[in-house]
Amino acid sequence: MTVYLLRRLIQAAGVVLAMSLLVFLGVYAIGDPVEILISPDADQIERERAIRSLGLDLPLWEQYLVFLGKALQGDLGRSFVFNEPALRLILDRMPATLELAVGATVAAIIIGLPLGLYAGLRPDSAASKAIMAGSILGFSLPTFWVGLMLIMVFAVQLGWLPSTGRGETVEVLGVRWSFLTWNGLSHMILPAINLSLFKISLVIRLTRAGVREAMLMDYVKFARAKGLSPNRVVFVHVFKNILIPVVTVVGLEFGGTIAFSVVTESIFAWPGMGKLIIDSINVLDRPVMVAYLMVIVLMFVVINLAVDITYTVLDPRVRLEGKA
Amino acid sequence: MSSTTLGAAPVPAVPPKIETPFHRFVAEFAASSIAVGALVVFAIIALVAILAPWIAPQNPYDLAVLDIMDGRLEPGSVGGTGITHWLGTDDQGRDMLSGIMYGLRISLTVGAGSALIACLVGASLGMLAAYAGGRTDSAIMRLVDLQLSFPAILAALMILAFLGKGILNVVIAIVVVEWAYYARTVRGSALVERRREYIEAAQCLALPTHRVIFRHLLPNCLPPLIVVGTMQIARAIALEATLSFLGLGVPITEPSLGLLIANGYEYMLSGKYWISFYPGIALLVTIVSINLVGDQLRDVLNPRLKK
Repeated sequence: MTVYLLRRLIQAAGVVLAMSLLVFLGVYAIGDPVEILISPDADQIERERAIRSLGLDLPLWEQYLVFLGKALQGDLGRSFVFNEPALRLILDRMPATLELAVGATVAAIIIGLPLGLYAGLRPDSAASKAIMAGSILGFSLPTFWVGLMLIMVFAVQLGWLPSTGRGETVEVLGVRWSFLTWNGLSHMILPAINLSLFKISLVIRLTRAGVREAMLMDYVKFARAKGLSPNRVVFVHVFKNILIPVVTVVGLEFGGTIAFSVVTESIFAWPGMGKLIIDSINVLDRPVMVAYLMVIVLMFVVINLAVDITYTVLDPRVRLEGKA
Repeated sequence: MSSTTLGAAPVPAVPPKIETPFHRFVAEFAASSIAVGALVVFAIIALVAILAPWIAPQNPYDLAVLDIMDGRLEPGSVGGTGITHWLGTDDQGRDMLSGIMYGLRISLTVGAGSALIACLVGASLGMLAAYAGGRTDSAIMRLVDLQLSFPAILAALMILAFLGKGILNVVIAIVVVEWAYYARTVRGSALVERRREYIEAAQCLALPTHRVIFRHLLPNCLPPLIVVGTMQIARAIALEATLSFLGLGVPITEPSLGLLIANGYEYMLSGKYWISFYPGIALLVTIVSINLVGDQLRDVLNPRLKK
């Protein structure tokens, strides 16, 4: 186990290193580094001083080592637009994104589980067929368009929910959160549902498949034969067993949710990391782009590593495969 | 073989129906009326896209025929140029129906084109991995794993951040995001197929390697590739639309459906829904019809589902 863990850790570090090289080359080899790293308003003397101080007169490999060394110390450059360290900008906005992603995950479970359960228990009813057709739509619908339609219906025509921003926030442990105030929560509903649309469909399908499989199992037959009420059979015996795969897959999808929040945040003007990166790309604020990419790569590697390790704990076959 | 049995069996009155694999495939596909309907819908969409310059009521990018006074007309109203705008007009006075027809052209071209290039790149690398094995195989598959562990939207964003906007860069981004699916699919079926006797026979005949790969191995790996390809076209169209919506995709001079939807975004809040609504419907119908066709193809072409 320790050997496996160590090997995975080394692999993860390798991926981060490879990605840092990719990002470095993306910024330095494809674009003109002077243009990228020095504000376009700078005059000639400033430019030359900046080139020297940034070490741009050094050979490329040496520059990469400098970049890497600074990155390890958490220095990923300063934003041209905000004139703040890029990393701090990203980290400032991370809670908003995480909050939205968690909200979407919770919404997917609250909405998807009951629908999937119903569709699994009564697979031939008209309602179940409608649910399944809806889940196909959920996979096919372009998320950004659904977001616009949500705004149109619930914010513009019905006027029930706000469509932009985070609303009121409360500071807990030095971080501002929206979900602790009614106003903030109401701001979160539309974006969270928009972001969770794909996941709702996923949860419905997983739950339905799980329920249909479980209903044929011996333990369900036995529970019925014991004379337990149908409710108890479904909500205690079946439910417990389908929950494990559903929770696993939803957890796995968390990284994808964070990535996809780029779209949702742009539509609903949610001030998270995703909106920041789109704005930065549009004004060519490259240090922020580099910092975002490094942070997100690190996040993904950590999520993938956590998933792999969890799998290893749950499924010994993975470990044996690694040895062979 | 026919000469030996000629006299033995009585000649049937009706000649037996010739059943080629292709006939069987068509018959099985047609068994689902939903899939056939989806195919028809997609054919109509493709036709509209191809014929847009001839059947659209207006050339939406010819500034001479546009009248800013016709801007943001409601669906069904008649503009100053005498054209009835069935789906309304956008802020520049462009007829939305024409805009959607022209937008479909760009969306379908970029989507299908990039899916095709991704297929070529991915299938070649997958085939190489399966045939070469060893270090080449593990190097390529490591790359595939790495690619698949990052969400498509993120990888595409990263590439466009470096390369900048533009149709070509969108195509590059989609190819980079999608090639891994093809590579994995082709490698999987090629690994199974290359152990079959017919490959062994072909190798024993000392056929050149490229002939074994392209004439023997590849045709037998096609079914799963077709299924993946269909689904990936839908994904490519959706991804292009998303990127264009975010303002990172196609330039404003060549608006795809995603960019049309983005144009209507600011008017959404004042209740002018049609600028975003109808291009979205067009996008939705396109994606759903491709997915339904792909679903049926998967059922027909997947030997595991056969009884």
